[in-house]
Amino acid sequence: MLEVKNITVTYDGLSNAVDDVSFRIDQPSLVGILGPNGAGKSTMIKGILKLIPSQGETFYNNSPLKKVQKKIAYVEQKSAIDYTFPITVKECVSLGLYPSKKVFQKISTADWKQVDVALEKVRMLEYKNKQIGELSGGQFQRVLIARTLIQRADLIFLDEPFVGIDATSEKIIMNILYGFRNLGKTIMIVHHDLSKVEQYFGQLVIIDKRLIACGATKDVFTEENLIRAYGSSIIVKGSEKQCLPNL
Amino acid sequence: MFTKFIDGLIEYHFLQNALVTATVIGIVSGAVGCFIILRGMSLMGDAISHAVLPGVAVSYILGMNFFIGAIAFGLLASIIITFISNNSTIKNDTAIGITFSSFLALGVILIGVANSSTDLFHILFGNVLAVQDFDKWLTIGISVLVLAIIAIFFKQLLITSFDPMMAKAFGMNVNAYHYLLMILLTLVSVTAMQSVGTILIVAMLITPAATAYLYTKRLSSMILLSSLLGGATSVIGLFIGYSFNIAAGSSIVITSAIVFLISFFISPKQQILRKKVLSV
Repeated sequence: MLEVKNITVTYDGLSNAVDDVSFRIDQPSLVGILGPNGAGKSTMIKGILKLIPSQGETFYNNSPLKKVQKKIAYVEQKSAIDYTFPITVKECVSLGLYPSKKVFQKISTADWKQVDVALEKVRMLEYKNKQIGELSGGQFQRVLIARTLIQRADLIFLDEPFVGIDATSEKIIMNILYGFRNLGKTIMIVHHDLSKVEQYFGQLVIIDKRLIACGATKDVFTEENLIRAYGSSIIVKGSEKQCLPNL
Repeated sequence: MFTKFIDGLIEYHFLQNALVTATVIGIVSGAVGCFIILRGMSLMGDAISHAVLPGVAVSYILGMNFFIGAIAFGLLASIIITFISNNSTIKNDTAIGITFSSFLALGVILIGVANSSTDLFHILFGNVLAVQDFDKWLTIGISVLVLAIIAIFFKQLLITSFDPMMAKAFGMNVNAYHYLLMILLTLVSVTAMQSVGTILIVAMLITPAATAYLYTKRLSSMILLSSLLGGATSVIGLFIGYSFNIAAGSSIVITSAIVFLISFFISPKQQILRKKVLSV
């Protein structure tokens, strides 16, 4: 169970980028975090994880997040990760093993086999010796998911994992995420494509700086909530929803 | 010319000291420099190398070994820069610019107070040919320590350089590794001061590392190549400096820059020449 209590993030000391957001996720689930551009979705995740200064607290299975940090995996937007860094695909995946390693403990042969297995699952094994900069956006995202796979975290935060990736990569990643959910993990995903929300997510957190709604997708993915978050420019046609620019 | 250099090495103890010290400094600067350029901290490297100057002056005034004061002021500068950046909307490069220029100015004043203008010239531009036995051994000792720390904490330095947010999320103390790197940078800056002087230390840190970056796709290979290049260009630079009677520090830096320039055109990552040939 994930319980987020009164998360507030202030960047300039004057206005809140995230304003007093609280919600609870009771069941292991794929949770979509929705909201318009500038709603504070990525900032809220960083605030929850205390990657940036924030007020409020978060509990996972009644323990403060700080005490269960080794169970947490976080994948930043891939555009924020240095694509030109001299690191190969297999080394990048092996970083997922670091939380379970002691300071002086090296990566063993058995660990490298685990890396190969994870890469095989995301169909990237043949690229294992390439530098990450040689990959497409979709391939790189698959590598980051393989890293999460090997981390064996219980609580996973992914920031816009489907931006700028191909359909094949999206399908492979979703299959891995469904697998995570079936293993009892909670996966929080910042997402912007409203057309696939009902297909992908069991629960939603909708925000626009403040919490708009949180709950099962069938209950909260409503025209009313979307208009509150995105404004009246949102078009709702049956189950297909898309956002048009404000004119 | 080469024979003259070899003869000089056999005959003169000061040249032996210079060769060993310059090579060791080249190797260790090349290794630390990799982390500096990958973390986008080249300007920080420049700042700390300049900021050690008042520390050297204070040590001189108090009659201490210059390493002690230099390390204290190097770390102080890094703490001030990080504090300003983290506690205001002022950008990092601005904080660096204000801090290092102030420290450099303070250093020049303190050296003046110490009434030792010859030392100031050597501190600013280095004088590897004047390295004494004690400083040579101190340089070797510090370099071995720095390289050992990099080897021991390689995993942690890799992840905090590549994906600090991931590391922070699973509970790693990213700031501790930032300051560890600042300490290593300060130690290297103080040792490299003897070879190329405070003004040119940043070149020892970033030029071999930038050259190695153009050829490698793994951090470990980059560190190895950068250290090799740092050591080799120091030997060649010293040879040129000694043979043509020019400042050894400057010739080391220029040699390193020429290697970078050639690599910029022929390296696999740049492929500028290949692209030119293909486009014709």
